[in-house]
Order: sequence, then structure tokens, then C-alpha cells
Amino acid sequence: MASTKDIRRRIRVVKNIEKITSAMKMVAAAKLRKAQERAEAVRPYADKMRAVMGNLSASVGEIDHPLLQVREVQNAAYVIIGADRGLAGSYNANVMHKAINDIEGRDAESVKLVLIGSKAISFFRRRRYEIAAEFDPPGSDVTFADIREVTRKTRAMFESGEVDAVYLVYARFVTAMRQDPTVVQLLPMSAPAEDPDSARADYIFEPKADVMLGTLLPRYVDTQLYQAFVESQASEHGARMTAMTAATKNAGEMIDNLTLQYNKARQAAITTEIMEIVSGAEALN
Amino acid sequence: MSEKTFRLEVITPDRVTLADDDVVSVVAPGAEGYLGVLANHAPMMASLGIGKLNYRRVNGETGVMALGGGFLEVYDNTASILAECAEPAENIDIARAEESKKRAKQRLAAGGHDIDVPRAEAALKRAINRLKIAKQP
Repeated sequence: MASTKDIRRRIRVVKNIEKITSAMKMVAAAKLRKAQERAEAVRPYADKMRAVMGNLSASVGEIDHPLLQVREVQNAAYVIIGADRGLAGSYNANVMHKAINDIEGRDAESVKLVLIGSKAISFFRRRRYEIAAEFDPPGSDVTFADIREVTRKTRAMFESGEVDAVYLVYARFVTAMRQDPTVVQLLPMSAPAEDPDSARADYIFEPKADVMLGTLLPRYVDTQLYQAFVESQASEHGARMTAMTAATKNAGEMIDNLTLQYNKARQAAITTEIMEIVSGAEALN
Repeated sequence: MSEKTFRLEVITPDRVTLADDDVVSVVAPGAEGYLGVLANHAPMMASLGIGKLNYRRVNGETGVMALGGGFLEVYDNTASILAECAEPAENIDIARAEESKKRAKQRLAAGGHDIDVPRAEAALKRAINRLKIAKQP
């Protein structure tokens, strides 16, 4: 049996770990709340955008726009949103595996990656795919302008014909406990679904509908990406919070076990000592 | 007779900046010139440029916002403005706007191939617009 000194040391170590994990849990919970608010704040904009797009495309009919051009997919780009930090349970691993699953069906040479977050970057650097661009994940105060760089890069790749499709891989935020890694097609955009009651009105367009659609489409892509960013941030904090809650609980259990062990060891030591004294006294008689 | 009112919404990617049910008139910076909206306007969609958004409420209050491009949809007595950025005049941080104006100017002056001229120009325009609106009495 380990000596009481060893056990005491281990208890101290585990207690320190517990302090750290519970602090991380608290921080993640606070950040999660903020991120969740942001994720909800984008929704009205994104929903309205979709509705307007639906209306517009219903009015324009056949649309011809570079971002809508459907080509046979030979080369594909993947935009993968990961985190900068680990210790978020399986958050990063889940996103990466989702991406790998999808990518593996293709020729390694035909895939180009746009990576966001150092975890995504270090994961794919070791693999044989071409990395077209790397970005830092924007901080918790991500703004619309921050993601421009990413959209510009991906749009340029698509419009120049370098790739024929762009997919976006990120963890969709469901609840704090649940994040679903998802793959969505970013480009070519599927022509926005026509709202069934969108033929509801004859809109006045200024400028003309097709011109407007041209200016709106890129912004629609921006919006989608922005939403993905904000959601994956909420997912990351959610995952970290869950992971740290579990870690704190495990540390607590471990401390209990070790304390029990420590007490046993201490008791055994006392018993042995008494035995020694008694048998020593006995021998004197 | 009271004036007819309609709903005005200003939505930006990070929040709903304004939602007001008692608006009587709106003047928005259309891409092809300022356009006015009153109650019972015909359904309309318009691109908006960088400029000033004016609105008046039924109780006579008026509001001014700096818009940084976006678009306007009018349908069923609701005017929705989806803007990339929208700041009420009284919330504009003049020092920050001056700062970004200076930065945009420097970027344009520096030239070179690695700058995105249209983007820098748009940033400059937005900064000037914010300043103009903030400084108005």
C-alpha cells in the first residue's frame, strides 16, 4: 500500500486540478452565455435575409450569377472552423472527423482547405491535403467585417474556377450539451428556396431585381458564414463547459477515493504501531 | 385625424437596432438617391447605400441613424432595413470615427497592390458619413 505521504501528495495534486477545471468551467459558462446571445442576435438578420432572397428569386425567375453557377465538382474547397484551444472535450475532434469523413471520398489532390483555428491547422498540417489559407479564429467579439477575409478568399477561389464547390464544416450549436458537426454547401449557392407565398406581392425594385440580387448574393454568403462562426463559438464554449463539468466531478470523486485510501493507510499505520508497542511490552513480562 | 403609422425595423448582423411600431415617415439612403416611405407604401425592395436614415414617430420624435449600406424591404406596412451597420446619431463615437477615417485615408494614400481599394474607400465613406451625422445639431 502507498505510504500516507504519497497519498497526501496525490490528493493535493488532484485538488489543484479540480480548482483549475472548475475555474475553466465557470469561464466557459460565462462565455457560453455571451456567445449564445450573439448566436440568437444573428438569427433575425439571417432569417430576414433568407426571406428577402426567396422573394427576390421568385420575382427574378431564372438567375444567372457567378455564385450560383453549378459546375461538375472536380475540385472542392472545405472551410473548416475549429478552435484555437483544446480542453473542450471532443469539440475539435468531432469537427475534424466530420470533415475527414467527407473529404476522404474525394481525390486528395482535388481538395483545398481553408482552415480556421490553430487546432484545425495543426490537425490538417500533418495530412496530405493542400491548405489554401489559414485564419485565426476571430475573438469573442467577432464582427461582420472580421469574416470578410474568409468570404473573400473562398469567393475568389470559386469565381476563378479554382474550385467548383465550397463546403463549410462547423459545429452547429444545438444546446450547451449538444453540438452537431455539420457540413453545408456554401457555394455554388443553392438558389434560395422560393417562399410559397412570395408571389404575394408585386414588388417595386430599386435598382432592378437582378441587379439587386447580384449585390445581395455575396452578402448572403457572408451572413451564412458569420452565422456559422458565431454558432461554432457557442458550441466551443458549450463543449468546454460540459467537459470541464465532467472533469471537476471526476476530480471530486478521485479526491473522495484518495481520502478513503489515506484514512485506511493511516489507520493501518496506527494499528501496526500499537501492535508493536503491545508486543514490546508483552516481551518484557 | 391622427397620422397613419407603420412599423420600422432596423436589423444588423449583431442585433435588432430598432423596432418601432409608431413611425410615420422614413427617409432612407437608397443606392440611387434618397427615398421616402410613408404608411401603406406599395411593396418595395431597394438597395441602400452609405448615408443617413431619418425617421419620424407619431408623437413628433425624430431619429437619425448612420447606415453603412444594406437594403430595405417594405411589405404589409412594415419597413425592414437590413444594414451591415447602423448607429443612432447619439451613439456615434466621434473619436473612433475620426480614427477610422484617418486609417482609411492612410491606407488609400499608401497604395500598393496588397490593399483592397474599394474596401478602403467604403470604410472611408462610412467614417465620413458617421462624422457628418454625429456633428449635425
